[in-house]
Amino acid sequence: MDLFEYQARDMFEAHGVPVLAGAVAETVEEARAAAETIGALSGGVVVVKAQVKVGGRGKAGGVKVAKSVDEAADAASQILGMDIKGHTVHKVMIAAGAQIAEEYYFSILLDRANRSYLAMASKEGGVEIEVLAVERPEALARIPVDPIVGIDAAKAKEIVDAANFDEDVKGQIAEAMQKLWTVYRDEDATLVEVNPLVKTTDGRIVALDGKVTLDDNAGFRHPGHEALEDKASADPLEAAAKAKDLNYVRLDGAVGIIGNGAGLVMSTLDVVAYAGEEFGTEGNHPSPANFLDIGGGASAQVMIDGLHIILNDQNVKSVLVNVFGGITACDHVANGIVGALKVLGDEATKPLVVRLDGNKVEEGRRILAEFGHPLVTVEETMDGAARKAAELASAANKN
Amino acid sequence: MAIFLNADSKVIVQGMTGSEGKKHTQLMLTSGTNIVGGVTPGKGGQKVEFDSGVSVPVFGSVAEAIEATGANVTVVFVPAKFTKAAVIEAIDAKIPLAVVITEGVAVKDSAEFWTYALQAGTTRIIGPNCPGVISPGASNAGIIPADIAGPGRIGLVSKSGTLTYQMMYELRDIGFSTAVGIGGDPVIGTTHIDCLEAFENDPDTDAIVMIGEIGGDAEERAAAYIKDHVTKPVVGYVAGFTAPEGKTMGHAGAIVSGSSGTAAAKKEALEAAGVKVGKTPSATASLMREIMKNLG
Repeated sequence: MDLFEYQARDMFEAHGVPVLAGAVAETVEEARAAAETIGALSGGVVVVKAQVKVGGRGKAGGVKVAKSVDEAADAASQILGMDIKGHTVHKVMIAAGAQIAEEYYFSILLDRANRSYLAMASKEGGVEIEVLAVERPEALARIPVDPIVGIDAAKAKEIVDAANFDEDVKGQIAEAMQKLWTVYRDEDATLVEVNPLVKTTDGRIVALDGKVTLDDNAGFRHPGHEALEDKASADPLEAAAKAKDLNYVRLDGAVGIIGNGAGLVMSTLDVVAYAGEEFGTEGNHPSPANFLDIGGGASAQVMIDGLHIILNDQNVKSVLVNVFGGITACDHVANGIVGALKVLGDEATKPLVVRLDGNKVEEGRRILAEFGHPLVTVEETMDGAARKAAELASAANKN
Repeated sequence: MAIFLNADSKVIVQGMTGSEGKKHTQLMLTSGTNIVGGVTPGKGGQKVEFDSGVSVPVFGSVAEAIEATGANVTVVFVPAKFTKAAVIEAIDAKIPLAVVITEGVAVKDSAEFWTYALQAGTTRIIGPNCPGVISPGASNAGIIPADIAGPGRIGLVSKSGTLTYQMMYELRDIGFSTAVGIGGDPVIGTTHIDCLEAFENDPDTDAIVMIGEIGGDAEERAAAYIKDHVTKPVVGYVAGFTAPEGKTMGHAGAIVSGSSGTAAAKKEALEAAGVKVGKTPSATASLMREIMKNLG
């Protein structure tokens, strides 16, 4: 889960990382009130910042400096509702203004290749770090961080030395790095990034922006993290799937897909997309409507829940069920299909193509054959099933 | 001899007294695995009964299990929140191979037990969030169904469990020396490269199927390794060509971020290393069938 900047700011503050005063606002009135409180702390100057989980908001006009409460309210009214790279701005952060002398960069992230952590630091912050990393790699220090030891005083010194920060700020930056490490470790983050980390004209080090990604698998240690989820902007079908503990991602095609195991489902999406090239017209070939992994050992109920989500997607014209039974038993899958169709009754109108193999495949196929529902087609192979589902979606589109 | 696991392997199951652990212990026993014990803290001295009158002793710790049975493989089924402690216990007991089946393990926990294992230098870890490893006809450590394919001379390494099953099914007429499901998490113990190296050195393996998926750059690094170190033919498959950027596809590690981690980039890197890459699982199987035919 990626956090909004204001959530990252709050988290930084809770761990003692130096940040500026800031408050989130969802309306112009809230923004005005926040600007009054926060402006009072910073000589009347505040910054109004769009809260979106995408980069490049500054260039898009999503960050404005305001010298008065009225200016702040104006800025908020312009920014709220703005579209930034497909993300609608629902919230702004009102932050205290700062006199910036220098902009630096610092991050801690998961290093998959080395199965370890990596700290990156640069004197040249405030820019796109991906660009800096390519164009002037020597300006970006990369220091491995042992997951068990973390960033202690010695590691922080190693990083500030490698990044060649000025002597007068090295101590303060090293201290901030150790605090940011506690955010990374204690909150189970996989990314903590500060860009820019600034030196103010009066010589203080402050985290001016923050990006934090939390590990969803670590939720059991952090009951408070659930409240950080951005439920408002989630797709309603994705939200419904999540409530049922289903692993679902909505896409924009017409073939609904259910399978077991992330790899097999991803592969099924690909095979359907390839098969779809044979049908429809240029630019309008049938393609996957979603990713839905029912996981290992799924019960009939899980299958019913999954089918409900997919059949509620207006874009779906046909459904492909592709299961290779390892732990999952094909008879459970077949019973789930039968159960879902019985519940739906006459409301079931979309054709289902089913391919089963592996654990209890004979029982599964027998259950479907005995049920004999006119909307259900059983195919022997993954390729054949994908082709059939694409064909049916294409045919439904023509009607 | 196969890789990592063979008929001489003595396997214990951490979490054998739980429902998943018990179910899969039964399946491993049925497929001929030499299961010598289970480990559940606080339940040492008990026994668990399985079909055909098989009775497996439970030990209170991995160290006790090794002491009593000479076990050299552990399969870990304990719940995610206790997985780190279980794996660290196994590392402390110096077990040579730990196969971690549990899914949903926090990345921090995996990073910590991996670092701990690296420093100890005595335990190979496979997983977490993986289906395990099977050397058909010899031994099965994990949840891969043993009846999909029999013994043969193909080696298989895959991030995905069900794609492992699918590929074994496609090539069941030829059979496998060993199939290893390494898991799709961001931090995993045994990598594609580790398996490629082992298969290259395994006299019972003639050719290798490597299955990857979007996310990270493990396939690209495997491609570089193949180019320099692997002389046996390798066939590849990558899942996720149609996955959009920024959406995690089930596996915590399967996400395309920016320009990196795409299936197209992985395919290109593999092909540049001389690996034939199939467009679908069945096309990949056909490429492998052709190679095995030519090898005679």
